[in-house]
Order: sequence, then C-alpha cells, then structure tokens
Amino acid sequence: MATGEAKAARSERANQRPELAALDDATLREALRRMHLIRKFEEEAENSYMRGLIHGTMHLSIGQEASAVGTCLPLEPQDYILSTHRGHGHCIAKGAQPGMMFAEFFGKETGYCRGRGGSMHIADVEGGNLGANGIVGGGLPIAAGVGLSIKMQKNGRVCIVFFGDGASNEGAFHEALNMASIWKLPVVFVCENNHYGMSMAIERASAVPNVADRAPAYAMPGITIDGNDLPLVAATAGEAIARARSGGGPTLIECKTYRIRGHSKSDRNLYRTKEEIDLWRSRCPIVRLEEELLGHDRFDRQALDAIEAAAAAEIAEAIEFAKASPDPDISELTRDVYAN
Amino acid sequence: MRELSYAEAIREALGQAMEADERVFLFGEDVGVYGGAFGVSGDLVHRFGTERVIDTPISELGIAGVAVGAAITGMRPVLEIQFSDFVTLAMEQIVNQAAKIRFMFGGKATVPMVVRLPGGSGTGAAAQHSQSLEAWFAHVPGLKVIQPATPHDAKGMLLAALDDPNPVLIFEHKLLYKTKGPVPAEAYRVPIGKAAIRREGTDLTIVGTSLMSLKAEAAAARLAEEGISAEVIDLRTIRPIDFDTVAASVRKTGRLLVVYEGVKTMGIGAEISAMIAESDVFDFLDAPILRLGGADMPLPYNPQLEKAAVPQEDDIVAAARRLKREE
Repeated sequence: MATGEAKAARSERANQRPELAALDDATLREALRRMHLIRKFEEEAENSYMRGLIHGTMHLSIGQEASAVGTCLPLEPQDYILSTHRGHGHCIAKGAQPGMMFAEFFGKETGYCRGRGGSMHIADVEGGNLGANGIVGGGLPIAAGVGLSIKMQKNGRVCIVFFGDGASNEGAFHEALNMASIWKLPVVFVCENNHYGMSMAIERASAVPNVADRAPAYAMPGITIDGNDLPLVAATAGEAIARARSGGGPTLIECKTYRIRGHSKSDRNLYRTKEEIDLWRSRCPIVRLEEELLGHDRFDRQALDAIEAAAAAEIAEAIEFAKASPDPDISELTRDVYAN
Repeated sequence: MRELSYAEAIREALGQAMEADERVFLFGEDVGVYGGAFGVSGDLVHRFGTERVIDTPISELGIAGVAVGAAITGMRPVLEIQFSDFVTLAMEQIVNQAAKIRFMFGGKATVPMVVRLPGGSGTGAAAQHSQSLEAWFAHVPGLKVIQPATPHDAKGMLLAALDDPNPVLIFEHKLLYKTKGPVPAEAYRVPIGKAAIRREGTDLTIVGTSLMSLKAEAAAARLAEEGISAEVIDLRTIRPIDFDTVAASVRKTGRLLVVYEGVKTMGIGAEISAMIAESDVFDFLDAPILRLGGADMPLPYNPQLEKAAVPQEDDIVAAARRLKREE
C-alpha cells in the first residue's frame, strides 16, 4: 500500500523509469549493500583460495549480482529459495551472514553446514535458503516439492529456484516446470543465463535461443530480461512472486547475464575471447546501478562509497571470524549421516 | 486374529497414518482413482481426496524431487514408484539429494520421506519390470532400506518408516501383495533395523530377505522332515543390518546360508558373509558360508527361465543339505 508520503516521493521520481521509481532509498541501499557483499565475498574467497587457505574448488558469480539480489528483493523472510553450485550470491541475497558463509568455506565448525558441505552446499535453512546444489538442475524438482508443501500447508509462502542455462537441458527442468504448472504451484523459476555451461555455449547446447522460450510448452509466463539491470530484475521478480503468492501459478524468468570468472578454478577460458569478457566487464551491474542513481540524484558519490566501505568492513570481519573459528572435531566424523 | 493381505495391510497403514497426521500424503503414478498399479492405494483417494492422494505425471526424477522438497519443508510424503525398476530414473534425487541433505547441511535439515517400491520377479514382466535393486540403495549412507515380508510387518514397518526422520525406502515384493496373514487393527510399529527369527533351529542359519525368507521357511519345514534343523531369519531391514541377530544365530548353528533375490554378485549376501567373516563369529563356523542369489543376468521372460534365474525352495533345500554335510 502506497502511503501519501510514498506517493509524493514517487511523483518526485517521475523522470525515472518505473522500475527504479518503485524502489525507495532504503531498498536501494540494501540492494547495493548486498551486491557489494557478494562481490567482495567472492573476491576475498578467490583471494583466500590463491593463498592456499581453502581447498577444493569454487564457482564464482562475479558479474551476476543483480539477478541474485534483484530476485530476492521482493521476498519475505519466510519465503524459500533453492540455489545452485554458483550460489554465494543467492545466499547473501536471501540474507545469510557472510561470517558463517566464510566459516563454511574454510571448513569450520561455525559454518552454515558445520564445515561438512563447503561452498557447493551452503544452506541457511532457518533463513529460507534450502541449499546450494552440486548437481546441475538438482534444485528444480525439489522446488516443485517445496511449492506443493506450501500449497498443502496453505502458509502463503513462495519458492524461488535459481538455475543456469545449462540446467535447462536437464530432464529435471522439464519435469519440474510441468508439475509446477499443472498443480499451479507458488514457484518462480529463475534462470541465470550466463551464456555458458562449463564451456558449452547456449547457442550450441540449446535448440531455442532463449530459455524462456520454453515456458509456453508448460503454459506459464516466460520472460527474458537483462539480468544485469537490478531494478528491472526486482520489478519482474516482484510481479512473478505476487502472482505465485496469490495462487496464479509459476513463472519462468530468464536473466541474461555473464560470469566474468571462469566456471571453476580449472577454467583457462579457452572457449571465449578476452574481448567478450571485457565487454561484459563493462556491463557491471553494480557500477551500472550506481551510475543510474547518481544520474537521478538518488544518492551522491559519498553515500555510495559509504555503502561499499561498510560492505568491505563486514567482509573483512567475516573472514576474521572464519579464520578464528575451530575446525570440526574428527571424533564427530559420522555425525548427522542420520537424524535420530 | 483378523487376516489381511499384504496390499491391504499397507493400505490400512497409509489410511491410519493420514488420519493421524495431516502432514502425510501419498503420491505417485496412478495411485488415485486407478488405485495403484498393484491395487495398493485402492480407495484411499475416495477417503482422503485428490489433494492428499495425488496422481503424478510420469516423471520419476521429478516426483522423487517433490518428495525431497516436501519433506524438508515439514510434510511427510509417501511416494510410490510404480515399479522399482523405474527408480533408475530417480537416482539423482534419492542418492544425491535425499540421502545427503542432512549431512551436507550439518544436521540442520531432515528429510522424512518414504518411498515404496514394488519389485521382484515372478510375474512374467521381464527384464525392466522385475528387478530387485535394494542392494544399490543399501550402499548409500543416509538412506534406510527395508523389505517387510509379511502383512504384519508391511503395516508395522510402514508406520515406523513414517515416524522416522530419515528417508526410508520400502522394497515390496510384488508376489507378496496377495499373501495373507494376521494384522492387528490398531496402528502399531515394527522397528526398522531389527531382524525376526521366523523359525528356531540348531544345525544351520538361513538368512532370507523379503519373499526369500518365506521360501526359506518353507524349505526349513521340509528340511526338518529330513532331520535337519534350520534356523530361519527374516532380515527385514537391509540398511542398517541387524548384525547381532544374525551373529547370535550363527554362533549357535555354525553354518550360514544367505538367500536373496537380487543379483548374487556384490549383493546383500556378500555383505552379511563379510560381516561374519570379519567378526569373532568366524571362529564358530563349521563350514564355508553359502550364498544363493539371483543369476548374473537380466531377468528373462519365459516362465521356466524366469524361475531358474532366482533362488527357489528346492535350491534352498539343496544348499542347506550341502551345508550340513560340510564339516
């Protein structure tokens, strides 16, 4: 409900596009904070890896921050998300604590999964994040189950499931969209199309140019948007979330974006050009939002720098928390294989 | 006591569970008005409605994922995989997701789902509708795998599975559905992880799973006429295995025969044999352990060939005689 004050504020934003005008300053501040947290979390994660502080691998989403944050912006705390192997952004976007995420990354007992899951399995069940997933497309059928559960419990929640362009060629994608549609489940399918599976370009992997082109086959709305445009992502997700919550059924949203880093640490970028990477680097979703906000005098440079500096401080503190945390006790090796 | 068929016992358990707990629901292919491919769900859709007895598309991977998603958000799903063979399409969700979520998330989620899987040969359904794949899942930490052999256990173990906070797979032999036996009317539980001694004996121990435990009982009755006293154990749960019951029996008899319908190689018999061989019970053995399992081949269609591919009562009797002769 727009209060009189909010209406007045919005009319002052009359020269702004509606997707931006719809976001108040506090929401934008929070969106920027989360995008900076994601970027800095991943830069520091990469840095820690290079310095040998972390073993295993990781999948970075640098360049994709707007799709994660924009999609989660309209969610309520009790709503659910299901994430992917490239899931740090979704996790932070849903409100997770970077300290517990870093602790998980470092394999520490204080991590979200007590150091048992690592980067690829971070879950914040209490916060509504039902987990990243090591299997491409693994979360899609689970989302249909979460949607069915919400519907049966009539609790008014919504489930967002993130997946990549690669997952859209898994059978799980088709089965999940079909079930969500026939049962009118409160699920929003968000494809982050970053143009590549590991190295396989979507043009070579998919029979249709856009993942959202597949939505009509499941009788649901499908929409392809610029996934690096935070206000647009938020507006599109907001509409789909509202429809899902009111019983209108699922939506497929395709956010076109790009991962600036390689697939994982073994990636030598043999399948794409430096020019292509540089082009997308110039489309950084954070810089883009900041420039738009400066252009409309929504924030000044000093305010934006303060948001970024606060995020940097929070990440620095998160790393220190993780470093200082204890490793799991080996005597608890088989703990939680079964619930009692 | 009142007698019910194995299928009726399962249906009664489902009905009682759904009456007692609104989180419980049944779903799968043709479980609604059709009543289930083997008639197990029967009239449940008329009693509980299409919102709690849900027909699904033919999407085994998808519906297994639905079970996971519902289970981690507070429901108690019971999924019927129409033929256990079709679970091959659902492996990802069961093995990578259901079995591991609790551990991967550091104990911060539970996956209380039940999957019912009709399996086994003897119906002329050939190689893709007759397998016994339970040992595959017994290899996966995080899952529990049970094989009730009697109507009594079918009801009690299903209710126990619904109380369990872990994913439980129930392999139901198709030839058992019409078998009858005493079933108490109230909602009772038969614990998971506990074998049953079906017949006491002193000369040898026969451990059987599912239908094979019934065949072992029939074989033991014949062996008794020859003066061979066989103890018959119905394993009932293959993950976790009730080693103590098997070990105590073998300590007493000194001889062990394991009978199961799944392919013999890398099967349940290998596990039980190794558990005995690795333990102090080894010293009590008077003869080598014997295994009777399914032949190393896809199940054939021709009825004579089909019978020959899995252990029969005569095979158990012959193996027991051989074992008794060994010194």
